[in-house]
Amino acid sequence: MHPIVRTVIQRLLLGVFTLFIVSLIIFSSIEFLPGDFGEAVLGQAATKETVAAFRRELGLDLPAWQRYLEWVGGVVQGDFGQSFSGRASSGQDRSRSVIELIGPRLQNTLFLAVLTASIAVPLALFLGITAALYRNSVYDRVVNAATLTTIATPEFFVAYILMLFFASLWSLFPSLSSVTPDMSLGDRIYSATLPAMTLTLVIVAHMMRMTRAAIINLLASPYIEMARLKGVSQSKVILRHALPNAWAPIATVIAFNLAYLVVGVVVVEVVFTYPGIGQTMVDAVRTRDVPVVQACTVIFAATYIVLNLIADIIGIITNPRLLHPR
Amino acid sequence: MSDDDQTYSAAAEVGMVRQRRSRLQRIRIGLKSAPPTAWFGMIVILCYLFVAAFANFIAPYGEADTSFPAYLEWGAQGHVFGTDQIGRDIFSRLVYGARNTIGIALVTTLLSFLIGGSFGLMAAINRSWLDQILSRLVDVLMAIPGLIFALMLLSIFGSSTIGLIIIIALLDSTRVFRLTRAVSLNVVVMDYVEAAKLRGEGLAWIMRREILPNIMPPLVAEFGLRFCFVFLTIAALSFLGVGIQPPTADWGSMVRDNASLIQFVRPWMAADSFGANWARLIEDLKLASPPLLAAGAIALLTIAVNFVVDWFLHKTSGLKE
Amino acid sequence: MTDERNRGAKGDILLDMRDVVIDGYSDERWHEIIKGVSLTLNRGEVLGLIGESGAGKSTLGLAAMGFARPGCRLTSGSITFDGMELRSTRESDKRKLWGTRIAYVAQSAAAAFNPAHKLIDQTIEATMRLGTVSKAEAQADAIELYRAMQLPDADTIGFRYPHQVSGGQLQRAMTAMAMTARPDLIIFDEPTTALDVTTQVEVLAAMRDAVERFNTAAIYITHDLAVVAQMANRIMVLRYGEEMEQAETRKMLSAPEHPYTKSLWSVRSIQKKAETSDDYILEIKDLDAAYGKGKNVLHDVSIAVPRGKTVAIVGESGSGKSTTARVVTGLLPQNRGEVLFNGEALPPELKNRKKDQLQKIQMIYQMADTAMNPRQTVADIIGRPLEFYLGLKGKAKEDRIVSLLEMIELDESFYDRLPNELSGGQKQRICIARALAAEPELIICDEVTSALDQIVQEGILKLLMRLQKELGVTYIFITHDIATVQAISDEIVVMYQGAVVEQGLKTEIMSPPHPEYTQLLLSSVPEMDPDWLTNLLDGRAKAG
Repeated sequence: MHPIVRTVIQRLLLGVFTLFIVSLIIFSSIEFLPGDFGEAVLGQAATKETVAAFRRELGLDLPAWQRYLEWVGGVVQGDFGQSFSGRASSGQDRSRSVIELIGPRLQNTLFLAVLTASIAVPLALFLGITAALYRNSVYDRVVNAATLTTIATPEFFVAYILMLFFASLWSLFPSLSSVTPDMSLGDRIYSATLPAMTLTLVIVAHMMRMTRAAIINLLASPYIEMARLKGVSQSKVILRHALPNAWAPIATVIAFNLAYLVVGVVVVEVVFTYPGIGQTMVDAVRTRDVPVVQACTVIFAATYIVLNLIADIIGIITNPRLLHPR
Repeated sequence: MSDDDQTYSAAAEVGMVRQRRSRLQRIRIGLKSAPPTAWFGMIVILCYLFVAAFANFIAPYGEADTSFPAYLEWGAQGHVFGTDQIGRDIFSRLVYGARNTIGIALVTTLLSFLIGGSFGLMAAINRSWLDQILSRLVDVLMAIPGLIFALMLLSIFGSSTIGLIIIIALLDSTRVFRLTRAVSLNVVVMDYVEAAKLRGEGLAWIMRREILPNIMPPLVAEFGLRFCFVFLTIAALSFLGVGIQPPTADWGSMVRDNASLIQFVRPWMAADSFGANWARLIEDLKLASPPLLAAGAIALLTIAVNFVVDWFLHKTSGLKE
Repeated sequence: MTDERNRGAKGDILLDMRDVVIDGYSDERWHEIIKGVSLTLNRGEVLGLIGESGAGKSTLGLAAMGFARPGCRLTSGSITFDGMELRSTRESDKRKLWGTRIAYVAQSAAAAFNPAHKLIDQTIEATMRLGTVSKAEAQADAIELYRAMQLPDADTIGFRYPHQVSGGQLQRAMTAMAMTARPDLIIFDEPTTALDVTTQVEVLAAMRDAVERFNTAAIYITHDLAVVAQMANRIMVLRYGEEMEQAETRKMLSAPEHPYTKSLWSVRSIQKKAETSDDYILEIKDLDAAYGKGKNVLHDVSIAVPRGKTVAIVGESGSGKSTTARVVTGLLPQNRGEVLFNGEALPPELKNRKKDQLQKIQMIYQMADTAMNPRQTVADIIGRPLEFYLGLKGKAKEDRIVSLLEMIELDESFYDRLPNELSGGQKQRICIARALAAEPELIICDEVTSALDQIVQEGILKLLMRLQKELGVTYIFITHDIATVQAISDEIVVMYQGAVVEQGLKTEIMSPPHPEYTQLLLSSVPEMDPDWLTNLLDGRAKAG
């Protein structure tokens, strides 16, 4: 087998294995719930029978491995079970399925993430590469100081400052972004501008610094100096000699930061009351609606793992040593 | 390079010979060369620590004292920054917030270094099954985004301060583990460690005398950065309402509780005169100050720590990049 | 391969550098690295630039191209290449010269070739820019050059990627790359330093041949006088950024004037009289060893070390000389065979060895920098074995440390210094003192002088010899440097690919007849004779 194929398969298997372990961790979280959580969910007035019925519904009378298999089987088909909320002490069940709850909100979050990424990634790469090329210039120092400040600032502070300037003082954008399914694309973008701007600022700062470091590291290689000493022009040094070796570090930087975006989304959605999965998760944590929390964790973790997997695979397939084995 | 000599004598051999200085002198010289950003950072950190340590004496009222009218303005009835929606003194809460937020973050970071650092060191020295197991475990734990993992665990265990500290410290210790292991591995392969082994030294001696002193500078820098990260995570969790719980004063929840005030800042209207606009803006900003003050307090501290760490890294690495 | 360009007659001035000053940026300020050096180079002439680490050789070599590394700047002086002042020339105009009229051959070819492109594409990159030849023509020419460089499979080797080709071959391919545009001047920056001696001969021969064939001028930078003697018409000695001396090669070799230049020869002036004895302190018998579960890297190694004498183990990289030392010290337990110390078998595992066994065998490392804990003072470093093995404490320990410092020709003022406050030679001396502190019977010296400058090497070797005379300690000296072996050893062990080729008294090993490998190894060591390479190649051609 070609070493590339073998390495990629190895990496994919490792990714699947990680997902498996992560799913185990997430699943077992419900095992740690305190024994009286049935009462907590159903209310103080719940009868013994309703609590027992609730426990049965959760399958708590079945062995753990069997419940795990059923849970994973459901997750793979997009079924995350029933939410805890909407249950009453009377045993009446007005709960909704988890997927029904988070489905539309997941779309909103994805929309926000894609919107942010499509601005942040090109901008960060541009800033990072130019800062690396004009290292130690005034431009580099300014960009560096600005990003260091942004990194050290909590997302919600950035968000409120933006809100103060662009929503309150200058009513350019809505301070709270509500998105509904019947909105046009333009309206959605308009509504999501401030959250996207906040996320962009935070992500760009991280990504720019990492890109800069990666490029500087690359440009310090002896083969880049050799290319320059062969009289290769600046643009060709970058395009022909640096770029083919830069895919792996750049892919890593992008994946890392998109994964970071996943986390940033939670806070920003809460600030702007943007109806996304992050806000859903925070609400669920507060009401201890464990099935919803599990579903959100699975989605966030899977995104994170898959993004890193993609970056690794890009690194593998652009590595000349693996591409052209001895 | 320094001046040359032609005749050979070992003692006079020139090299990077520097003048011998005491530790105190070195620190003084180091401080002298600190850039303004580092100075700024150090002064800010000292101020914060002072406020946190003497919160009882500085704060005029209790952190949970609700006995005042709600929404008092700046300076009204002796409340410097006014009161909040249930009549607590904002200034006092900011002061106590320093103690609570910094204290909890510091304890968490220390715990995370204790766990991550000792396991990292063990893994680096015992490069067999222990290293394998710990490293794989950390890989898996790090495959779940930190804040998300914390949220999940909080939903299970509930939000108590102790629980919060343990959860964040455990999750954060994975990163400390990786760093400690990596820097220790760089030291473990050094000839002087091999020389100590050949001498017949025990593991404890090698760890304490040969490895630990050499991994301290990167770990100290990392401590600063991890502290910032932990501090921001806790602030974010509190902001989300699942971190430090009321009535304990902390900056994250102060932002959350008073956030809606920002929306009451009225737009800058071009129609009025500039002066009138300005006066109204100041008035509105005073009204909207509680969330901004709390968020600003968080940001200022993390920026200050970052500046100091940046300088420290620059100094200890001796590298320009 | 004819040259269409008009080169001008041999003997015209090609490069003229006047009072060149170059600054480097460190510790937040600019320091002078090159302090006003002047040199001229005629067409077709080869100038050797020699000096020790930190002398500024590479910086000066690159300045001849009008290039300064990041963090350096060409501060003042003039650099005139073929009538063009390079200091005031725009970068884009200098680029037109680089690769086509001035070419550069880097120290580490493995790092200087881009891993993402085939060798031949990188080789012809500069010629293609000229636009005078088609790609096919350029490739055909490159293959010719590969052949001229005596690369194996010259027709196909260019279509491989750098990591698929060995280091010595890459170095030759890089010389071919420099030659493609038939430049007027080539800067060779330590091109053979990373190579083994037997490979070095082939690369040197190929480079010299190419330079002569195309009548190219060159600046050859190295720290090895014997190597530069083979290549250069003229030699300039550089130290701390200043010119010490400049002369024709033969004159420089026969009559160096400057005391510093003379000191460069000094290591070769030490000659220990070879002696042996039948009283063996250490006997290595039928050793097989492997790393992990891999293949054996030592095969049936047997070495006997006479008491109070010096045994040098010589070999190139991969010969197993360092692995042998690791087995003796207990870092790598052997698979087969035994190590007898004073007639008693040493346990293979380090942890099973007794404290006095550990004490009696000490080790000195190649890199004194990494052999000393940077956070411990000299007193901590030397004092620990005193405390650990001999149980010395307080005043007794202090006194012993001071007397050890005196023994290694340093004084009390070094007592509380940290390693970064010492020079390279001083560091190695402290490592020697640490080994002596244990009062050992056998010291294993692993390439202890190879990271040091010539003048410092001499001092260290003399010290080691004096200590042997005074204390009667035995040395195992592991090295790849024949000159060091000549200087210090009583007996020599030649190793090749994990096996002992021969062992014997220095005088016997060094004089013919030799086994085939010893012959190759010894003959490949450059000598201080400008005709050495020519004679060697002639001799090999006749023989083979």
